[in-house]
Amino acid sequence: MKIAVCISSVPDTTSKINFTENNSKFDSSGIQFVINPYDEFGLTKAMMLKEKTGGHVTVVTVGDVSVETVMRKALAIGADSAIRINTIPVDSYSTANAIATYLKENPVDLIIAGRESIDYNGGTVPGMIAEILNLPFVNACNGLEMDGNTANLSREIDGGKENLSVNLPLVIGGQKGLVEESDLRIPNMRGIMQARSKPLTVVEPSSEISLISSESFEKPAEKSACKLVDAGNVGELVDLLHNEAKVI
Amino acid sequence: MSVLVYTENWKGKFRKSTFEAVSYASESAKLLRTDVVALSFGEVTDDELSKLGNYGANKVLSASGVSKGDSQATSNLFAEHTKDVNLIIFSGTNTAKMIAPRLAIKLKAGIVSNVISLPSNTSPLKVSRKAFSGKAIEKTIINTDKAILTLAPNAFGLVESGGNCSIEKIGGSQKGDVNIKGEEIASGKVSLAEAEIIVSGGRGLKGAENWGMIEELADLLGAATACSKPVADIGWRPHEEHVGQTGKAVAPNLYIAIGISGAIQHLAGVNSSKVMVVINTDPEAPFFKAADYGIVGDAFQVVPKLIEEIKKFKN
Repeated sequence: MKIAVCISSVPDTTSKINFTENNSKFDSSGIQFVINPYDEFGLTKAMMLKEKTGGHVTVVTVGDVSVETVMRKALAIGADSAIRINTIPVDSYSTANAIATYLKENPVDLIIAGRESIDYNGGTVPGMIAEILNLPFVNACNGLEMDGNTANLSREIDGGKENLSVNLPLVIGGQKGLVEESDLRIPNMRGIMQARSKPLTVVEPSSEISLISSESFEKPAEKSACKLVDAGNVGELVDLLHNEAKVI
Repeated sequence: MSVLVYTENWKGKFRKSTFEAVSYASESAKLLRTDVVALSFGEVTDDELSKLGNYGANKVLSASGVSKGDSQATSNLFAEHTKDVNLIIFSGTNTAKMIAPRLAIKLKAGIVSNVISLPSNTSPLKVSRKAFSGKAIEKTIINTDKAILTLAPNAFGLVESGGNCSIEKIGGSQKGDVNIKGEEIASGKVSLAEAEIIVSGGRGLKGAENWGMIEELADLLGAATACSKPVADIGWRPHEEHVGQTGKAVAPNLYIAIGISGAIQHLAGVNSSKVMVVINTDPEAPFFKAADYGIVGDAFQVVPKLIEEIKKFKN
């Protein structure tokens, strides 16, 4: 089975977010970049599927040379090859178009992307890829088992789950449940050494059309100081929540 | 020239997020001086469909033969009804995010997710959205004639108009490739996405066996229960309950954090809550900088007292 895992290079979850150039651009100075956590569940699932039934796992990332750090990490975890599409993504449309154009020429059986990336949180790239390639799509996928050419899946439907099945090829937007947190893999020394000689191919995008543009960023308003209530007087908290905050 | 809105149901019932999307569509339609058309998939009774009128829908198109999980069929049907539509509204659910991006490609329409306010400008359309998992707000401009917005949950709120809507039954378009076997919805519990109040526990609670008081407090308040990432990772609670940057982003009216220190990843997922309360033994815990109200104290002493006081208050 040929699997493509779309991964995003995103600020580590502990990052403080700042902006430069008059609040128009994300300030990446001092930021540690990691594989988008939602994509990491997908990457691990791809490794497990490959180990079970054989196959080839390619990671696909859109970005400039700076994203190669996380791509090498994906190779060290066990992906067989990597494709970097050499453009800085402007919006989800340009990102999806770049990936889908590549995958149209280099088809795979299963395309796994994260449900969303933790930087811009659009959550629209996987669905767009599916539409461009005219493939079925399962979002917020939290369970996937293969039975020959058929995928049996579950997806989260906000307060429950839906079970479905579909024949490959298929696009999924993955999340936790696809694999568990404890299944995630840390690259070992052998993996890191092997990753150096695995192919990381740079391809140029076919077009760079975007449909939306960013005007500016701001940070959410700071909260006013926390009002402390004495542990011996819990009744006061109930009173404040009822009379002052009016939330109970 | 209508505003089109997706109205999701769960086993035939709409939820607050559905009515919120209709409210947003209705307020946007006022800005654009037009009407609101709602699109519904699956079996929903006329009684339930007519509730959409109260939030400003003028007409409801009901496609009972189409499953919401079939994104090929739903997005095709959507596209068939967009001839005179320039603005399409979705709630922020996982199902909405299966339909909306497919539709964006079909229409070559700009799409913006996690929108938190009405358009500040209509030509070109300009909106504010959450970015960086709640750590920032981005002003975004849509450069296409047709625009698609998905909303951040609980950011806009409900606007009741007291109006009525007409109902039109429509046929389904061709079925897609997925075979849907059925949905399982947890019953008797308030879902995190819909909850007005959330009671959340962290590692400070020391073990799964101590969640009885969290559940009791949540029951009393009609609240949903949640937890921090370490708690879900250890397995004290199911990971559906994990709120934070890599879990669920929530925006209730009241978020009560018990034994949660307030790591930046956790705060990112909860800082859209209207009011936050923290109960923690450590006065230096970062959550005290983010919360509106706090008690420095041991959860095992404070929470039982709080339960007692809430019971008194409810009586």
